[in-house]
Amino acid sequence: MTTRQRSRQARDARIDAGAKLAKGKIVEARDATRLLEAVIRPGDRVCIEGDNQKQADLLSAALLAVDLAKVNGLHMVQSGVVLPEHLDVFERGVAKRLDYAYSGPQSERIATMLFGGRIELGAVHTYLELFARYFIDLTPNVALIAAVSADRDGNLYTGPNTEDTPAVVEATTFKDGIVIAQVHEILDKVPRVDIPADEVHFVVKADKPFFVEPLFTRDPGAITETQILTAMLAIKGVYAPYGVRRLNHGIGFNTAAIELLLPTYGEKLGLKGKVASRFALNPHPALIPAIESGWVEQVHCFGSEVGMDDYVRARSDIFFTGPDGSLRSNRAFCQTAGLYACDMFIGSTLQIDLAGNSSTVTASRIAGFGGAPNMGCDARGRRHPSDPWLQAGREADPDGPAPLRRGRKLVVQIGETFGDKNVPLFVEKLDALELAEKLKLELAPVMIYGDDVTHIITEEGIANLLLCRDEREREQAIRGVAGYTDVGRARDMNTVRRLRERGVIRRPEDLGIDPLDADRSMLAARSIRDLVRWSGGLYAPPSRFRNW
Amino acid sequence: MEDLRLRYTARQRAGGTKPMALVGVVASGNLEVLAERVLPDTECQLEIKTAAEGFGAVWDAVAADFVERYSPGGLRFSINDGGARPDTVWLRLAQATRSMEGDQ
Repeated sequence: MTTRQRSRQARDARIDAGAKLAKGKIVEARDATRLLEAVIRPGDRVCIEGDNQKQADLLSAALLAVDLAKVNGLHMVQSGVVLPEHLDVFERGVAKRLDYAYSGPQSERIATMLFGGRIELGAVHTYLELFARYFIDLTPNVALIAAVSADRDGNLYTGPNTEDTPAVVEATTFKDGIVIAQVHEILDKVPRVDIPADEVHFVVKADKPFFVEPLFTRDPGAITETQILTAMLAIKGVYAPYGVRRLNHGIGFNTAAIELLLPTYGEKLGLKGKVASRFALNPHPALIPAIESGWVEQVHCFGSEVGMDDYVRARSDIFFTGPDGSLRSNRAFCQTAGLYACDMFIGSTLQIDLAGNSSTVTASRIAGFGGAPNMGCDARGRRHPSDPWLQAGREADPDGPAPLRRGRKLVVQIGETFGDKNVPLFVEKLDALELAEKLKLELAPVMIYGDDVTHIITEEGIANLLLCRDEREREQAIRGVAGYTDVGRARDMNTVRRLRERGVIRRPEDLGIDPLDADRSMLAARSIRDLVRWSGGLYAPPSRFRNW
Repeated sequence: MEDLRLRYTARQRAGGTKPMALVGVVASGNLEVLAERVLPDTECQLEIKTAAEGFGAVWDAVAADFVERYSPGGLRFSINDGGARPDTVWLRLAQATRSMEGDQ
């Protein structure tokens, strides 16, 4: 008789092999590499947990050290390529194929290795997309995850940084895979159970907490007057007229400026309670003044942010918290929330072309997508109405029959016409296209497609692409806010003037905004120290952000 | 380093009576602008010392639009530029012109 339970038998054999190194489920850190050699088979699909925030750093290092005779040719399926070890495993031959979502800090090295053919690339995904594939065709054989603490049975406490763990574990453990967790502490009883013990096979005790990157901390001291001007334009020219209550912000300085202008400029415009009250967002320190001023009703988080734990704990009316009192984040759910339950995404990018396509890929850097494309796209499966969504749909298709007309998510790109080192934001052709040619990719890595973008905001004004009726208008609307970049200076003056008369392009003066009012004194907090003060001393910024 | 000198005709004289004003700072990505009321009422001049070379056409485009919009007749702007972006240049010129609008 043929068995239909081969993978279960294989899983049990792996567990037996690993159990020889364990006391119960507990394995000492010095045996971590031997554990991985015992349970991982050549060519396995392996997920090392890590995203733009927390990292299973001990297990990454342990995997790099394996005996190549026992473990090789792995297919890595992981959210983040962030630690040097994540790429070292390819140089050593431990791994050969990669499917991933985000590679921020390694963006330069991963590009070099892809060009050099050192990595066989499956695809670059969004987080949610990669999680989805864990359940269909990229199910991990072994997952190496990170938690704060475990009990002797293997119940895991992930603390405020739960992030990707539930999605990774669900896909692995319920399809006969092996789940190995690194934890900092073994306790008799964990503060709360984020992952139940019967989903976890081994627990490795690390001598220090997992690494977390404070990616979402923006120092208000570095916000420029031009960024403040773009933030004023966004609040008065988009948040107010659409009445956007449910939204997601990117991580750039422009959106940090918006967060810091809500209690000042937003208040002056009488918008409190009318806009920006419910977020799919990490606990951004820059949001503290808006929370303390009563602007924010509710925030669901992808992950946590270094230094925000005590503040979040003390503001459980706003954040999702567990029975232990600390934040419960969940990347998969928060991405879904951003996709289906938010009416707006607003964020920055590195390049925008004449059709409004945008990308963070440059000739020598591949940063991946992370979550932005899920936030910054129109969810075609959405079926519930809301005022901003319906208004955007009406602007895009004014003559369509209302009951059959889809709404539109507001997808707003915000930035200065020139970025760091005077590099223009607007380009004729995205670097992503050149990269796709060089790597022979079937799909260029576009962060947000032009047909999803509804507004582009620069210091020169707002282009409302919903109101453009053809490709040419769209191009001129984009050129019309592209300032003194080559793209901006090549505009057709007459068309841009007509677009302005129709309100497709709106200048600061059309909105009653004097650029000279864009002053740093308008920011509710002008330094990290101000944020600490706003938090009543609860926010504890990482040392590199302390300059007092 | 590059030195640029740009001249424009303004529609009318800059408001106010202040003889000079100084805004901004010399720093990377920033600039210092000294405005002086020393020219005939319909003339405007920019004397630029910039750390970034090869941006003459952009300076001219920014300055021409600025003069058209703010009409700073009679003003000479002396600029120490640390490679500021056009939006910052525009902002400092506007700040300098506004500062000149005060009384002496």
